[in-house]
Amino acid sequence: MSTLSPVSPDPAADSPAAAPDAGPEIPLQRHRPFSRANLAQTIGGGYLPLVLATLVVFLPLLWMVLSSLKQPGEIITMDLKILPQSLNLENYNIAMTTVPFTQFFVNSLIVTSVGATIKVLLAILTAYALVFVRFPYKNAIFVLILVALMVPPQVSILPNYILIAGMGGKNTLWGIILPGLGTAFGTFLLRQHFMTLPASILESAEIDGAGHWRRLWQIVAPVSGPSIATVALVVVVSEWNDYIWPLIITDRPETMTLPVGLTLLQNSEGNGSGWGILMAGAVLVIFPILLVFAALQRYIVAGLTQGSVTG
Amino acid sequence: MTRQLTDRPRAAVETKPAATPRRRWSPRARRDFFVFLALALPNLLLIAVFTYLPLFNNIYYSTLDWTLGSASATVVGLDNYVTFFTSTDATKVLGTTAVFTLITVGGSMLLGLLVALALNSKIRGTTFARSAVFAPYVLSGVGVGLVWLFIFDPGYGVLAWLLRGIGQQSPQWINDPQLSLVMVIIVYVWKNLGYCAVVYLAGLQSLPQDVMEAASLDGANGFRRFLSMSLPLLSPTTFFLLITTMLSSLQAFDLIRIMTPLGNGTSTLIYEAYLQAFGAFNRAGYSAAISVVLFAILLIITLLQLRFVERKVHYS
Repeated sequence: MSTLSPVSPDPAADSPAAAPDAGPEIPLQRHRPFSRANLAQTIGGGYLPLVLATLVVFLPLLWMVLSSLKQPGEIITMDLKILPQSLNLENYNIAMTTVPFTQFFVNSLIVTSVGATIKVLLAILTAYALVFVRFPYKNAIFVLILVALMVPPQVSILPNYILIAGMGGKNTLWGIILPGLGTAFGTFLLRQHFMTLPASILESAEIDGAGHWRRLWQIVAPVSGPSIATVALVVVVSEWNDYIWPLIITDRPETMTLPVGLTLLQNSEGNGSGWGILMAGAVLVIFPILLVFAALQRYIVAGLTQGSVTG
Repeated sequence: MTRQLTDRPRAAVETKPAATPRRRWSPRARRDFFVFLALALPNLLLIAVFTYLPLFNNIYYSTLDWTLGSASATVVGLDNYVTFFTSTDATKVLGTTAVFTLITVGGSMLLGLLVALALNSKIRGTTFARSAVFAPYVLSGVGVGLVWLFIFDPGYGVLAWLLRGIGQQSPQWINDPQLSLVMVIIVYVWKNLGYCAVVYLAGLQSLPQDVMEAASLDGANGFRRFLSMSLPLLSPTTFFLLITTMLSSLQAFDLIRIMTPLGNGTSTLIYEAYLQAFGAFNRAGYSAAISVVLFAILLIITLLQLRFVERKVHYS
């Protein structure tokens, strides 16, 4: 698989089980396996940095969850306790009633699912056309896609705002979804994958008289499952987290997505007593993606480190 | 290499019989022409309208004196650029952008490399730790920003509590412009170092094992091996990371917006462009000019990358 990056997709991602006990050759053992020096070396040189790095990541997130369960009195205090006094979901309740959080959640779900589905479909269709369908200017088109991959979306915010607002897309869900639908990233990644498919698998189908549509959905797409999953997951993550565009194109709660809604919550709960409520809101925004990542991190890590250019 | 499936051999065969002067394309080639358009055109049009068109529109808007939302605008030529570069804004914004970019790039690459070295051992649990350090990279910048804002809160934050424990006062992270830049940089590095770590780890694992072993048999110790062998061999990875992290640092928005809504000391180019157009003043033309400056910087970095990558390909 060819990639933009100079590194090949990391082997550990492809064989998670093999990584820890990989290596048939044991590197020059100087001590007996359980000697004190050896244990100290393993713990000090091996585990300590790993545990430290993991803690640096997890402690802030753990703090978020714990704080979301605390009452204002437990937060506005000089006598800080680590654990909340009780498992009280009051903050979640307040967060969801102060601002229409359920509405934000539904909006985010719609934007992410509709946006991601269309993007993945467009990427599959375009990549298939670029690799398997005859067309005179394919190389030029591919170069245009490559360049688009490098155009940062942030600098297009103002012109796109003027365009979409002019079309009446302000405070609409389609206005949030539309500008992001064209996908250079997905097209690029899938094209690179389709190029590696062996010719033989399509030849028999062609002889049988299968048209492009059938060849795409019955042969090319099914054998490209992991690549399509990679594109889909990266797209889902970036749609869910997308902030600058929904922030600009919506100013009414009815059409806000979760990250924008969280900003609204921040404005109304920005005093000290609101931290618990804000943490509850942060949990609601962060956890769906954290769960998806925990389940499917292999594809997400591979996609994000290969594609190199995503929000 | 597997044989790549492209249409080229087939096309070469089939254009011959169709090469009569009146009809250049066989019916099948013509059908393919329309199939291609049907499959690719929606995506290509979307990219043209929402990725390419804005670049030109931005340049056009940057020549206007225009309040966002107002019906009239006057053409002022390069005035917006002149205003930007001659005002104190320019030094402040460009300086903030440079500081933010250099420290976040340097910080996340250095810490990422250290984490990658720790992950590159053959002990159990590295797979889990690798996923764990990567996790912040995929989380919502808004959510993460709020969590850290609470941690940094000078009154009730856990950091202030820890500092009180050793008899120190919490710094005014939010009110002091320089400290708020430091705060945002710390959180940005926290969020992005996992990306650098995973890319570096992949680089480390693709180093030629036999060479490394030969060096260790020759008596080079770990640190020596790292300095004189791993690090030079990792230079393509380092360069790749330098470019990609620089591009994303220059576009950092979410954390800055949520942690410092007024841009107090944290106005980078992208944030200043946002504030000018969508903040209090609605100066659309001026904002577009800043966006064009930002785009020019990003373009230069991208071109440098392409140049280098091309050379690298010929070199090795």
